[in-house]
Amino acid sequence: MDTMEQNPVHEDDYVPDELEPSPIHEEYAPVIFAQDTISHVISIDVLSGKEDRENVLRARESGKGVLTAPFRLLKTNRLGVILTFAVYKRDLPSNATPNERIQATDGYLGGVFEIESLVEKLLQQLASKQTVLVNVYDTTNQTHSIPMYGSDVSGDEFYHVSFLNFGDPFRKHEMHCRFKQKPPFPRLATGTSIGILVIALLVGHIFHATVSRIAKVEDDYQEMMVLKKRAEAADVAKSQFLATVSHEIRTPMNGVLGMMNMLMDTDLDVTQQEYVRTAQGSGKALVSIINEVLDQAKIESGKIELEAVLFDIRSIMDDVLSLFSEKSQGKGVELAVYVSDQVPQQLIGDPGRFRQIITNLMGNSIKFTDKGHIFVTIHLVEEVFHSIEVERESTSKDAEHTLSGFPVADGRRSWEGFRAFSHEGPLGSFSSTSSNDLISLIVSVEDTGDGIPLESQPMIFTPFMQVGPSISRKHGGTGIGLSISKCLVGLMNGEIGFVSEPKIGSTFTFTAVFTNACPNSNELKTQQINNQPHPATSEFNGMAALVIDPRPVRAEVSRYHIQRLGVRVEIVSDLKQGLSTVTDGDASVNMILIEQEVWDRDSSISSHFVNNIRKVVEIDKGKGIPPKLFILVNSSSSFRAGSTASCLHNPTVVTKPLRASMLAASLQRAMGVGNKGNPRNGEHQGLSLKHLLSGRKILIVDDNSVNRTVAAGALKKYGAGVVCVSSGIEAITMLRPPHQFDACFMDIQMPEMDGFEATRRIREIENSVKDRELFVHLPILAMTADVMQATHQECSKCGMDGYVSKPFEAEQLYREVSKFFQSS
Amino acid sequence: MDHLHRKLRDHEAAMFQQGYLDDQFSQLQKLQDDTSPDFVIEVMTMFFDDSEKLLNNMSRALEQVPVNFKQIDAHAHQQKGSSASVGAARVKNVCGTFRNFCEAQNLEGCVRCLQQLQQEYSLLKNNLKYLFKLQQEIKTAGRSIHTRG
Repeated sequence: MDTMEQNPVHEDDYVPDELEPSPIHEEYAPVIFAQDTISHVISIDVLSGKEDRENVLRARESGKGVLTAPFRLLKTNRLGVILTFAVYKRDLPSNATPNERIQATDGYLGGVFEIESLVEKLLQQLASKQTVLVNVYDTTNQTHSIPMYGSDVSGDEFYHVSFLNFGDPFRKHEMHCRFKQKPPFPRLATGTSIGILVIALLVGHIFHATVSRIAKVEDDYQEMMVLKKRAEAADVAKSQFLATVSHEIRTPMNGVLGMMNMLMDTDLDVTQQEYVRTAQGSGKALVSIINEVLDQAKIESGKIELEAVLFDIRSIMDDVLSLFSEKSQGKGVELAVYVSDQVPQQLIGDPGRFRQIITNLMGNSIKFTDKGHIFVTIHLVEEVFHSIEVERESTSKDAEHTLSGFPVADGRRSWEGFRAFSHEGPLGSFSSTSSNDLISLIVSVEDTGDGIPLESQPMIFTPFMQVGPSISRKHGGTGIGLSISKCLVGLMNGEIGFVSEPKIGSTFTFTAVFTNACPNSNELKTQQINNQPHPATSEFNGMAALVIDPRPVRAEVSRYHIQRLGVRVEIVSDLKQGLSTVTDGDASVNMILIEQEVWDRDSSISSHFVNNIRKVVEIDKGKGIPPKLFILVNSSSSFRAGSTASCLHNPTVVTKPLRASMLAASLQRAMGVGNKGNPRNGEHQGLSLKHLLSGRKILIVDDNSVNRTVAAGALKKYGAGVVCVSSGIEAITMLRPPHQFDACFMDIQMPEMDGFEATRRIREIENSVKDRELFVHLPILAMTADVMQATHQECSKCGMDGYVSKPFEAEQLYREVSKFFQSS
Repeated sequence: MDHLHRKLRDHEAAMFQQGYLDDQFSQLQKLQDDTSPDFVIEVMTMFFDDSEKLLNNMSRALEQVPVNFKQIDAHAHQQKGSSASVGAARVKNVCGTFRNFCEAQNLEGCVRCLQQLQQEYSLLKNNLKYLFKLQQEIKTAGRSIHTRG
């Protein structure tokens, strides 16, 4: 057989030096042609190797390409495989038997593949960034795979397996690829991941913390709301409790006081009267303490409201004076009140609260003053403001120029700091308040008492603070008075201040704003002239008085009170001047009021004075009525009338503090004019009402029969003739001019036509009278159950002349009626 | 006859103390004199008639549907006015509360107040009737009535 064959030498078999001529076989397959690169295999018998022989035989039997297992090639000693094809003599059908194929074999064709260089070349073409290690295996025998290419592998690394198909179905080849280097530790990725994780954790943590904090704060807030509500409720409950308890205590207390009043009216001996009076005093003190506590509770709950009613400040001061006159006389302290002429007659405000403040301040002064004086002054703020400069020059505040001669603390310092007086305050650029309806008053209470120790001064307006534990024991009181006063002053848009020098005295000053009840354009103007005389004592109008007093301040106070009665006053400072005024003056002097200290100075001069007075009058004026002499004393007990026992005309003693009503009574008694006696205030009113109303014809308009009857009864008691009607329409009919009525009391709330409407119609009818001679303005007073400021405005708007409360209250009735009736 | 006087005084004092009457009633008593010897009784009789009418009106008005609070308030105002004029202090105070409820349009409060009002009114009326009876007895016993000074 002359076939070309290669002789694949098995790696185990090949030893180049041991090549020998082939032994004798049946068949030979020598290589006759080879490429130059493998020329060394020429004439090697391919069938000589065991495996190669099998390979060749398989090739010729199957007619397909057959691969050997990898082995070390001749000469190069590198791993490789040989692909063998059988070449046939003729075309064989595909279903030819192996024998046929063997018979038809002509030769063989073989290809040598060096795996290593082949794979390397392939890999070079596929070069990637990472160094890839490739292992190629012949895995025909699954348990024993023959490595064809690649270095030894440590088996646990990750590798990728690819199957190779060289076209020989008998053989299987695999390629394992792996990275040469272990993947570097992914520092960046890990770091980033960890970083992100950490950040996420942190963010989550922050979120969580925020949410839990918000939840906690909300919970706290809810809790606080509940607690706050509870605290508020507790506060309200406390105030209510205080108010209720005080109220409950007040009712039986009033019962007790009422009973004691009635007891006083029964027959009692002196001792019993004394006991009752003491009990009354204690009861009144208790009631006033309860009222203070109630006020404090009201202030704390903000429930204090100020009234707005008409009131006369001078009569309020008279009332307050009478409260304290006994006490001051008992202590020998001179008590005086001065209201400036520029303060209007009537103001609108809360008289009760105003009185409360003054009473509190004066009460304090009385408590702590044993000598000297207590001097209350009321001015317009503008007066004081403008007189600041004047005062600096004129009256130096040294001892001689005070009321009693005792030194006082400088009152100016108590109000200098007030906002109202600063240049930015409302008065700083003050032009004129005559167009303004608001009146600002400044009230000063000056005393010559013990003063307030410097360390207690800052806390003086704090509630419940007393100047020392001994004080409350000595003087009583709860210490709330000043703090309540401060609140009330604040409600009146004012300020309160004080100055106090220990051992010298204290001066408390406050301002308050009221509304002027009689501005110039009011129709009540007809009654408003400056220095309008006190209505009850117009019988003194036109008289002249002489006041002999060396102290100018005290003399001014006396002048103020006397002027209220309509009497002209002149002031001189000693008896000699007085005598010359009476003898030389043009007008006749009706009364001479001499201060006690002047009278007591020298009894001989005094009796000389008295004698000369009588003589002078008899000679010059020929009137035959000598001026009446009055001595002004602080307390009746201290006056010694004995010094003038020789004198026939004993002068009348007038006890200070001066009050218009009491002064009028004394004058009346002494001069034989008007009523005799010195009646109590209420009876005085009653008698005066009789004077005003007796003989007058009055119309009462009220839809309620009970009210009508009661009102009619009250007016009839004062001597008036009364006609009653029950509706506004009837009233208009009755009051169509001409009519005989002198006044009308009109209820406001009536069905069909209310009091305002009726009054308006009546005024229309009055004004429509053509003949001015016949013009009549009927005084119409409103009767109202609720007295409010709105009522006052409404009343004046529709033409009413005033209002009284229902049921009548004697003092108020008197005040209103006296506006248009004179005493008959 | 002193015990009659004492009884009268005690009863009168009690009425003042318990707040049924206030100072206005004393004023009424002061208005009574020889020219009008029965002034107080006349006025109080008028008051009783008036009050009973008003109480009836208020009670009927509260039963209406819908309730006319304005009208009831007007009645209460009238009642308050007359009570104030005669010194019926407790009645007057209840009227005040009644008006507040009317303003607030609180039906339950009004009903309660009306009951209270009726109660106070009948208490007052009985007490006053007793007072007048005592006064009459004293008069028939030939003495003049001792009134509070």
